[in-house]
Amino acid sequence: MNLLRIAIVLALAPPLLAAEVPYPSTYQVPASTPVLIRDATVLVGDGSKLESADVLLRDGRISAVAVDLAAPADARVVEGKGKVLTPGLIDVHSHLGVYASPGMMSHQDGNEMTAPTTPNVWAEHSLNPNDPGFDSARAGGVTSMQILPGSANLIGGRGITVKNVPATTYQAMKFPGAPYGLKMACGENPKRVYGTKGAAPMTNMGNVAGYRKAFLDAQEYVRAQDEFTRKLVAWESNDKKDRGERPTPPKTDLALDTLAGVLRGEILVHNHCYRADEMATMLDLASEFGFRITAFHHGVEAYKIADLLASKGTCAALWADWWGFKMEALDGIQENLAFVDAAKDSCAIVHSDSPEGIQRLNQEAAKAMAHGNRAGLAITPEQAIRWLTANAAKAIGVADQVGTIEVGKQADVVLWNGDPFSVYAKAEQVWIDGALRFDRNDRNSWHQADVMLGMRKEVTP
Amino acid sequence: MIRRLITLAAALALATPAAAETVLIRNARVHTVDVAGTLEASDVLVRDGLIAAVGKALVAPDARVLEANGRALTPGLFGGLTALGLEDVSAEIGSVDHAYTPGAVMPAQPMSMRPEFDVTYAYNPASMVIPVQVVEGVTFTLLAPSSMPGGSLVGGLGGLATLDGSSIDLLPASRTLFVALGSGASPLTGNSRAAQFMLLDQAIRETRGALFEGDRLLTLAGRETMAKYLGGGRVLFYVDRAVDIRRTLAFAKKHGMKPVIAGGVEAWQVAAELAAAKVPVLIDPLVNLPGNFDQFGATLENAARLHEAGVRIAFTMSGDSSHMARKLRQAAGNAVANGLPWDAGLAAVTANPAAIFGANDRGRISVGQRADLVLWSGDPLEVTSLADQVWIGGEAQPMTSRQTLLRDRYAPKR
Repeated sequence: MNLLRIAIVLALAPPLLAAEVPYPSTYQVPASTPVLIRDATVLVGDGSKLESADVLLRDGRISAVAVDLAAPADARVVEGKGKVLTPGLIDVHSHLGVYASPGMMSHQDGNEMTAPTTPNVWAEHSLNPNDPGFDSARAGGVTSMQILPGSANLIGGRGITVKNVPATTYQAMKFPGAPYGLKMACGENPKRVYGTKGAAPMTNMGNVAGYRKAFLDAQEYVRAQDEFTRKLVAWESNDKKDRGERPTPPKTDLALDTLAGVLRGEILVHNHCYRADEMATMLDLASEFGFRITAFHHGVEAYKIADLLASKGTCAALWADWWGFKMEALDGIQENLAFVDAAKDSCAIVHSDSPEGIQRLNQEAAKAMAHGNRAGLAITPEQAIRWLTANAAKAIGVADQVGTIEVGKQADVVLWNGDPFSVYAKAEQVWIDGALRFDRNDRNSWHQADVMLGMRKEVTP
Repeated sequence: MIRRLITLAAALALATPAAAETVLIRNARVHTVDVAGTLEASDVLVRDGLIAAVGKALVAPDARVLEANGRALTPGLFGGLTALGLEDVSAEIGSVDHAYTPGAVMPAQPMSMRPEFDVTYAYNPASMVIPVQVVEGVTFTLLAPSSMPGGSLVGGLGGLATLDGSSIDLLPASRTLFVALGSGASPLTGNSRAAQFMLLDQAIRETRGALFEGDRLLTLAGRETMAKYLGGGRVLFYVDRAVDIRRTLAFAKKHGMKPVIAGGVEAWQVAAELAAAKVPVLIDPLVNLPGNFDQFGATLENAARLHEAGVRIAFTMSGDSSHMARKLRQAAGNAVANGLPWDAGLAAVTANPAAIFGANDRGRISVGQRADLVLWSGDPLEVTSLADQVWIGGEAQPMTSRQTLLRDRYAPKR
């Protein structure tokens, strides 16, 4: 679809696609004092590294990166000597807020297990910002994340990308301008959830039939909308006297609206998929219907098809070492990330899918780097940091805003007290849009979720 | 001294026959996890499956010499409370044997408390899950029966297993009775944790001979098993909430049990009582979020605070502890990053779990100890360090697993 047509469709299409997006972000970049982080080792996020560099944060943006910057008179100077500055970490696969701690029955809001395809549901409508997991993730240097529905369904619903700031509404966390993601799932989970009830899907072929049916319906929907747009354009340009009734728009369908967004390339597909053969099937499915799979998530066998993934421009968001908990996870290896990364034009990502793992994405990357290097690769920290910054930002469609320490980007940065690829490293200060959101040495900066109040004797990150 | 010789003789008698070669590991940074602490540039002589000498410039003409070049040498690591060899794929019920759950089949049976259920009979030393852990330095684990829906709060019997791929018996002194308490086990006991002590009391009364027709919890074999644990036997209680830990200590004392606390998310809040009662605690040091209302005291400083108070601690992973047993080392590193002294972090995955479960022949590097050893590429608690070589009972383990084979098959062409 060419740009002009997209513009017309956007202008004329039903309310959900209108310029005014429902459930809009209310996130505000807070006013902040300029900060000059001086003399730090900077892992830029693009594969490069700067020694003894200075980084200036001003008005929520990275405003200068250089060696020997003069400190502006109004800037607070932070000594970075012996420390490492990285972009804020980004987790493309979190369920914080939709499975909030404590893990009580009422907090099981991540899987709408009532039908195998539920593209009509949006994770943000389940997102409970009062989850202490956000605070511990921030203490681990995580500044943005994509929160997805679970994997019970073939098509689970829309995900949402947030800034990891304390808030009482999800709208106040919502990453301005970030595209929506669509969660899809291959394999065992949908089969188990529905098949054990005697319902479809019960098999992998049933899974694929389910996706195809959904996208066939979505194609019809898009055709009807395009047809309406054509008629409307014609009606608008016809002589007002004899052009008849204004064409009526087709009925808006929440589910098909999301899938139409995928077909139009506006909504990014995030596909939970473990096995190499299943990923290849999904890539063919995407070709059949003319959309792209932005990223496979979990992909424990991604290393078997690293070149295929790279050739399709599909990212692989992976764990460092999870394996064996189900059959489709049996072939997990600790070199997965490194092998995927080794392919030309690859996009390897460290993800968590876990309130524990999200707190130490840096350690996950470190393990993957170590195993890759033992297998004969030569992965440096400045390369590995891309797995949890720039590549992650690319997969959730915000690479122009975050993910690297470059002038003009949002000032989401983390100062580590040492090599971030060490088990002993700690995120010491975390800035989001230039505002200091966590300072390990200042307890007053440690946000405590409402749910924790009065519950325990003492808070530690 | 005499006692030590007897221990040595007993250990020799049990050692793997013949196969183990004599090896001199030279110039290592030896973390003894014993009174000697860390020995720089030292040698360790392994003979007949045991550590025969530790010191500088050792000479052994019959030994194969392995040059460590200053790399770290530690005792073999503990894998935590796992179902290693008891499950292959967690989600595949046909490959899982760690819980007795007669109530899970249809028609559901009433709760059957079977303390005599012994997971040893399911243990497969050749499970493909085991080498995956061994190549990462894990040489022993506590086989742990589980309390699952359809089962009982008394999970049954478990104990320490050596992950050498052939031993099928548990270490004799390591036998432990497993009991689950708190909100996790509440659905097994009429949805109240109060009923947990009620039912345990009833089982103890039955064991002591008070039998009533119609309301028996235990079989004859169950009563015999329980009787062993009332006379100073080791009983592991899964319990997280501080007040539940205090009640467990009182309960165990009253009935003559030797308790071990596992889980212990809020144990730091009762650290002084645990230390005074000399009760050890197994925790997952990564737990800092409340999974439920038993865990609101969760903190990354749990390990450091317990240690500071004088409690003997060991580590275990929550979640998929079997497949992730190798991650225990990372957990130990994180405990150190959160205030635990480094030596205590290593002890919590070596000497401490061995001692807690009665295996005094392993977990340390000193003369007479079993030669379960790991040579590391760097700091053994560091995530970027990897095991270079593992020995179990003096035998160099093949550093292969199905994961290394997959790695080699799919390594990028260069």
